Amino acid sequence: MITVKQLRRTFGPIIAVDSISFDAKKGQVLGFLGPNGAGKSTAMRMLACFLRPDSGSASICEHDILKEPVEVRKNIGYLAENAPAYSEMTVGSFLNFICDVRQITGKNRKKALDKIVSTCSIESVYHQSIETLSKGYCRRVGLAQALIHDPPVLILDEPTDGLDPNQKYQVRQLINNMAKDKCIIISTHILEEVEAVCDRAIIISRGQILVDSTPQQLKEQYNCGLDEVFRKITRKKSA
Amino acid sequence: MNSFKAVFKRELKGYFITPVAYVFLVIFLFFAGYLPFRQGFFQYRQADLVLFFRNLPLLFVFMVPCVAMRLWAEERKSGSIELLFSLPVTVPQAVLGKFFAAWVFLLIALALTITMPITVIYLGVPDIGLIITGYLGAALMAGAFLAIGCFFSALTKNQVISFILSVAALAVLVYASMPTTLNYLSGFLPAAMVSAIEPMSLLNHYESIQKGLIRLNDIIFFSLLIIGAGLASVIILDERKAG
Repeated sequence: MITVKQLRRTFGPIIAVDSISFDAKKGQVLGFLGPNGAGKSTAMRMLACFLRPDSGSASICEHDILKEPVEVRKNIGYLAENAPAYSEMTVGSFLNFICDVRQITGKNRKKALDKIVSTCSIESVYHQSIETLSKGYCRRVGLAQALIHDPPVLILDEPTDGLDPNQKYQVRQLINNMAKDKCIIISTHILEEVEAVCDRAIIISRGQILVDSTPQQLKEQYNCGLDEVFRKITRKKSA
Repeated sequence: MNSFKAVFKRELKGYFITPVAYVFLVIFLFFAGYLPFRQGFFQYRQADLVLFFRNLPLLFVFMVPCVAMRLWAEERKSGSIELLFSLPVTVPQAVLGKFFAAWVFLLIALALTITMPITVIYLGVPDIGLIITGYLGAALMAGAFLAIGCFFSALTKNQVISFILSVAALAVLVYASMPTTLNYLSGFLPAAMVSAIEPMSLLNHYESIQKGLIRLNDIIFFSLLIIGAGLASVIILDERKAG
């Protein structure tokens, strides 16, 4: 469902993503791990067709990110790093705007809205303007806009950031429930999250993929917890 | 097309769910009425809107950038541009949606000055055709100013910088043909260049429409300005939406 080939992006002298390649299939939850500034968000932004790569290519659901960006965007749900939204709008009007753009109309819209509002537990803030919401609610609204059209591919940049432990648990459950039918890429710093939801982990540092394995295999190979594995791998690279 | 409509609808509604629209309309309508009255709207003793239309370019130089500055700068600043361009919306659709929403908003502001023509119609027998072409010229000028403001808003994430650059560029465009400007320029520029600058001025084209003449070259001038600035916005956003 996702094929990435030699994707590279620089910002002036900084190489944010350095020729990364990987594939992901339906039913996989891929964890993107790495220290701050490793290039996770840049890679995700390129897959979401927000940033153009300097070189390399990628395709999502058989659509090339450079040649058919609109088709790619129809097939993905993307939650950006800080869950940006139009803060002056109410949650309801914001989700209706997303439905307008994604051409979800009539009965389907009502069904999609009812489903997503209860899935993301945002009933209580539905008529509230987004600027008055807490960080956790903002993220849930962001998650709602990413899921509303039931896309086959999900790209979620730190989906549980800012959520309380109960909400984190709910989001992880949600990801697990969706995992069978979708291809999901999530980036996170929280390693327990990788163990809880991901069946594959890619560790990225300084724009390069250092490890592409399963969380279980990593723990067995290094004979320690994921925290320790992460430190060993990323420190080795920094040194 | 649906994406264009969605962006247009959201943007137009956006003006009215914040105080922006109301503050803008009050200030605009106050000055649109105050300036002609101050210059002797009644003492002038003629049933026309010459004084009203004469003041609009100056008013638009300051007021249109107020509407335009937020169009893209705010999206960049808040990061919502990342949301917008990860939805199935192309850059031209988004630029057009925002531009037309802001233009419609400016047309609403212009429409609310209807009390001025009503006053002259009540007091005398004005040339209605002249009033209609006056409004047409004002609408075209607002569109051209807006397209330029939209371009400067796409350039930066700072709304103040966008406002200042727009005001400066519009002032140059409007006042390029003033006799004082041309006299000053002829002091150090060759005569051929000065005569090339003169037709570039927006004021010439606006004033010719105000005289009741709808000439093709005036319409083309405004259309080209709108299309050119719109295309420049698309290119800038395509290149550096994340910047």
